[in-house]
Amino acid sequence: MEYFLQLFFAGLTKGSIYALIALGYTMVYGIIQLINFAHGEIYMIGAFTALIAAGVLSVFNLPVVAIFIIVTLVAILYSSAYGYTIEKIAYKPLRNAPRLSALISAIGMSIFLQNYVLLAQTSDFLPFPSLIGQFKFMEPYNHILSSSGLVIIISTFIAMLLLSLYIKFTRMGKAMRATAQDKKMALLLGINVDRVISTTFVVGSALAALGGVLIANHIGQINFYIGFIAGIKAFTAAVLGGIGSVPGAVLGALILGWTESFSTGYISSDYQDVFAFILLVVILIFKPSGILGKKTDQKV
Amino acid sequence: MFSEIKKSLLVSIWFMFLTFPIMVIKVNTIENTIIWRWENLVLVGLGSFFLSFLWRFMHNKKATKRRQDYKDALSKLFYDNLIENKKVFIPVVVALIIFILLFPKLFSAYQVTIMTTALIYVILGLGLNVVVGFAGLLDLGYVAFYAVGAYTYALLNFNYDISFWIALPLAGILGALAGILLGFPVLRLRGDYLAIVTLGFGEIIRLVLENWGEFTHGPSGIAGINRPNFGFDLSIMGSINAIYYFVFFFVLVTIFFTNRLQNSRIGRAWVALREDEIACQAMGVDKTKTKLSAFAFGATWAGFMGAVFAAKTTFINPASFTFLESAIILSIVVLGGMGSIPGVILGALILILLPEYLRAFSEYRMLIFGGAMVLMMVFRPQGLIKSKRRRYNLESMSKKELKERQNAASS
Repeated sequence: MEYFLQLFFAGLTKGSIYALIALGYTMVYGIIQLINFAHGEIYMIGAFTALIAAGVLSVFNLPVVAIFIIVTLVAILYSSAYGYTIEKIAYKPLRNAPRLSALISAIGMSIFLQNYVLLAQTSDFLPFPSLIGQFKFMEPYNHILSSSGLVIIISTFIAMLLLSLYIKFTRMGKAMRATAQDKKMALLLGINVDRVISTTFVVGSALAALGGVLIANHIGQINFYIGFIAGIKAFTAAVLGGIGSVPGAVLGALILGWTESFSTGYISSDYQDVFAFILLVVILIFKPSGILGKKTDQKV
Repeated sequence: MFSEIKKSLLVSIWFMFLTFPIMVIKVNTIENTIIWRWENLVLVGLGSFFLSFLWRFMHNKKATKRRQDYKDALSKLFYDNLIENKKVFIPVVVALIIFILLFPKLFSAYQVTIMTTALIYVILGLGLNVVVGFAGLLDLGYVAFYAVGAYTYALLNFNYDISFWIALPLAGILGALAGILLGFPVLRLRGDYLAIVTLGFGEIIRLVLENWGEFTHGPSGIAGINRPNFGFDLSIMGSINAIYYFVFFFVLVTIFFTNRLQNSRIGRAWVALREDEIACQAMGVDKTKTKLSAFAFGATWAGFMGAVFAAKTTFINPASFTFLESAIILSIVVLGGMGSIPGVILGALILILLPEYLRAFSEYRMLIFGGAMVLMMVFRPQGLIKSKRRRYNLESMSKKELKERQNAASS
């Protein structure tokens, strides 16, 4: 039972991170039907910026919690700026081009960003300082859920709540939903579609950055390649849940997290990623629109 | 002019801000040391200032060109002349073939090895071009079939001592089978979903190769694979040359096949499927068969090349078959021009040979790859050499033929 709970929480932690990244994919896809392949790299850049900020801040004598908050804010600021710039350079000129062109441009961007970080920093794994100390929250069962895991689950929950409130009630959120439904109609109704798209990238990137900081803190090391596999997993999660759907992304991420965690625990740890991809293929074969996705008509 | 400078200045300030933490600061969190590299900030500032000028210049050019004429200056200048003017085309091709045939006589073994690699990538590019360029199916896991071919030969040779010449067709067949195997589940998927599932498939193959230790020897790979036996005893130098000629011969065969396919019934079905899936089905094209044949055909070449690669290097491990490899082959196709056979050949030679000869840049190779992919899509989505569909117009028919058709139409 304890083992089961341990795996359950490990899956929940993992799923939370996937959810944070998957939201960026699903929001962008919902609005401009583009797989933002560079999204995983934004997450990675968030983690790197956080590491650098933590390194610089360690010179000053600040309490750890303050460092953690500043580092997170810096990571969010920079990741959003990267998301915004990438959209302007690689996707905006291709808005009316064939989908394949935009996708290839996105893959190019992803390779570019990986190598940019590789060349400017290093290819080694860098140790990430533990910013959230081990606090004891449930005395005898600490091994079931670590404190950094708890922080991940709680912060993800808060971020999800804020995002859904934002999408539901703010002007920009409403504009986003309108644009996702029908871009041309939104434009006719006086919505600044370009600004909506930029905001979507910024919001998605901010969530990814939060994920980057949290996971770096949880695992304790980062390198330039972490974005790639996390990006694919998060995209898998978004597709599982039904791409374009915000609750779907969260559901898909949690299912993926648990699949990985339980298959590692009960079957074999070597094939963790294989299970994730097989799950994706199976879901897509039987329900190509994902679990919560709406079936869209093919345009003729 | 002043506003232009102001714009570029703003861009350069923005990029200096953007790249500041990653380019300028390098921290070591164990020893608590910080290295400041201010010179990088200056480089980024100056670089982005000039690049933003260039960017806007290119954008303006793109916009005006669209208004003036659709004809493409570059391809008109080099390519059309070359292909259409037989007096130029034939000597150029003959000179090229003679150069390639004499290559091992003129250059060292090292150069020959590099050239062989480049030619292998030409074939891989041509194979992927069938899937992506002709049929419009974005396959991000192409390298999986390459791996299938390589492991087919390596394992057969390692376990049963089977020779290259028997393993080569088997590698092609197994590659095709893997293509069909991947094709079946993804038949219903389109565009982006297809891309991600093929990527997942490629990763599955790689992870299985890495983890299935007793079968594939895991990450340490298989060493001591036999070089192909060409019927007579060869020194190492001789066998390098022999493989080179063999691959070159393979290139010719591939060009011949893919070129003939382009205008065949199945080739047209691929293009029709790429242009409009629904209209294509309405015209009676069997979607399942067409898609599967594209996957199978592309994968066959990858399977062949996998076996050749294993024979050439005599050592393989899963690290040679990562997503990056797929991305390189894809960028060969994209850079050269999707669907254009001469384009893909040119793309492969540029992308594989250039980094080898410009050793100083080899570190930046992948950075340039990525950047070039983005810039290509933004400024020249059709690639270096635009693919040309064969056109059937009135002038190209003989007068007699024309008359016959007119008679047929009027009667």
